Amino acid sequence: MKVLVPVKRVVDYNVKVRVKADGTGVETANVKMSMNPFDEIALEEAIRLREAGVATEVVAVSCGVPACQETLRTALAIGADRAILVASDAELQPLAVAKLLKAVCAKENPQLVILGKQAIDDDANQTGQMLAALLGWAQATFASKVQVAEGRAQVTREVDGGLDTISVKLPAVITTDLRLNEPRYVTLPNIMKAKKKPLETLQPDALGVDVAPRLKTLKVTEPPKRQAGVKVPDARTLVEKLRNEAKVI
Amino acid sequence: MAVLVFAEHDNRSLKKATLSTIAAAQKLGGEIHLLVAGHGCAEAAKAAAQVAGVAKVLHADAPQLDDEIAENVAALIVSIAPGYTHLLAPATSNGKNVMPRAAALLDSQQISEIIAVEAPDTFVRPIYAGNALATVKSADAIKVITVRATGFDAVAATGGAAPVESLAAPADAGLSRFVGREVAKSERPELTSARVVVSGGRGMGSGENFRLLEPLADKLNAAMGASRAAVDAGFVPNDWQVGQTGKIVAPELYVAIGISGAIQHLAGMKDSRVIVAINKDEEAPIFQVADYGIVGDLFKVVPELVEELKK
Ligand SMILES: Cc1cc2nc3c(=O)[nH]c(=O)nc-3n(C[C@H](O)[C@H](O)[C@H](O)COP(=O)(O)OP(=O)(O)OC[C@H]3O[C@@H](n4cnc5c(N)ncnc54)[C@H](O)[C@@H]3O)c2cc1C
Ligand SMILES: Nc1ncnc2c1ncn2[C@@H]1O[C@H](COP(=O)(O)O)[C@@H](O)[C@H]1O
Repeated sequence: MKVLVPVKRVVDYNVKVRVKADGTGVETANVKMSMNPFDEIALEEAIRLREAGVATEVVAVSCGVPACQETLRTALAIGADRAILVASDAELQPLAVAKLLKAVCAKENPQLVILGKQAIDDDANQTGQMLAALLGWAQATFASKVQVAEGRAQVTREVDGGLDTISVKLPAVITTDLRLNEPRYVTLPNIMKAKKKPLETLQPDALGVDVAPRLKTLKVTEPPKRQAGVKVPDARTLVEKLRNEAKVI
Repeated sequence: MAVLVFAEHDNRSLKKATLSTIAAAQKLGGEIHLLVAGHGCAEAAKAAAQVAGVAKVLHADAPQLDDEIAENVAALIVSIAPGYTHLLAPATSNGKNVMPRAAALLDSQQISEIIAVEAPDTFVRPIYAGNALATVKSADAIKVITVRATGFDAVAATGGAAPVESLAAPADAGLSRFVGREVAKSERPELTSARVVVSGGRGMGSGENFRLLEPLADKLNAAMGASRAAVDAGFVPNDWQVGQTGKIVAPELYVAIGISGAIQHLAGMKDSRVIVAINKDEEAPIFQVADYGIVGDLFKVVPELVEELKK
């Protein structure tokens, strides 16, 4: 069974993101970029399935600018067998990414696609669900536990009220939540090995996908700033302030 | 033309996030229809008919619509979508699961977690964990939107008298089967709609120590929340997580205890009206957003706070 893992190159989660002065977006020049954290979890899960003998091959895919190759090399160093870059300089919105991934699925025939639940830059939380829709496959989102057996995946999902468990027919799309696993670190020997692993490049045109953005960003602004308040010496003062100043209790 | 709102409910009543979503829908113009889908949800449909500002309730009741199975619910939404300019749902785990699936089937680029409506085709949404706000314009014929409840004041749950129409559900897609649910039972108010939230972080040290927060939450009639670190460590259940990738809350009062204030946590609570922080590290970033802070050991300060509240 082949597992496909889409990985997105995003601004690292430790970076304090700044809005550009001209209001067209956020500063990404000279900013540390990393693999979306949820995608590291997705990749870890796929590799564990291979190590358990459930999966035979793990293929990482990234859609975007040439620099996404770095993200794919990281994926190969973590343990993916091969990688595919869908090269595009356009702004790729979730629906376009889902269409590109559908075309990649048509070529690769995976039984499972594991994505992150959310990219930490656009915070969209859409691509996996959209891909499942376009493929007509089952979806199991926000996974915190995955077991694959007999043509099905049993997935425990983190939902607002607690945990739901569903059983989906393969092929299927799974999206990861934070508690699914703890991703391994990349080791130096594996970084060296990754350099020799295959990385193929595809073009959206050749895949027959129109990636033109549907949403136009009119402006990007800073959110209103919160003023830091006061430090109070003790619980008594705090309660007094909450009662008489903030009038919230 | 009309706007369809996908209702979040528990079979008997509507969740408050639905009422906030209707408030967002009112800013779009056009009649508002409320879709109540599920199995055995006639009571919820009745409640929906009473909501102020709703013109019609569509009630779809079938076993295959039970348990929020995305393939079946999305198919239902898509089957009625052509009559609408906009499809809205609260940005709950259910809404986030179902709506993008429906959007893709309609070839529409969903707009996630809007916090403001500028025009019927233009919306504001947070990106980068709320570090930036994007104003986006959609050219899609049917606009699919999820709504962040904290961005809109809920409409009144009563005062309306809308007709309820039954709707047939598409057949079971046969792709997913519900196995079971682990519901964290609690007598406390629900986290995303509580007036007061008391949250604990890694500083709590253990799940056992979270007990310390219970008398405080009791006194304040508060819901309990947590940081990711506290959930990852297994101190408390996953559905307590507040933040960029957890729940978004904006109560009247948010009390952060043993939480450092990472940007991902702030993303989920910085729109609270009053923020209180208790942390032993005076440099903790949480103090930069807190209205009132106490620098001190939580194991000493929290019991004192409970004593003071009793007075
Ligand atoms: C992809 C991604 C998504 C994330 N999503 C979220 C999210 O949704 N929500 C979220 O919360 N985080 C999220 N995080 C994690 C976030 O970056 C932080 O790691 C997390 O919020 C830290 O939790 P904390 O404040 O409890 O722990 P810490 O940062 O370890 O802080 C503990 C605090 O407790 C204080 N303390 C310790 N002992 C005491 C004591 N006895 N008395 C008083 N104070 C004490 C310390 O001074 C410290 O400030 C995410 C991270 C990533 C990468
Ligand atoms: N450009 C991309 N290339 C590869 N995978 C992507 C891309 N954009 C999104 N994804 C995948 O879709 C998930 C959800 O992203 P989003 O819907 O944008 O929040 C991510 O965690 C990735 O797994």
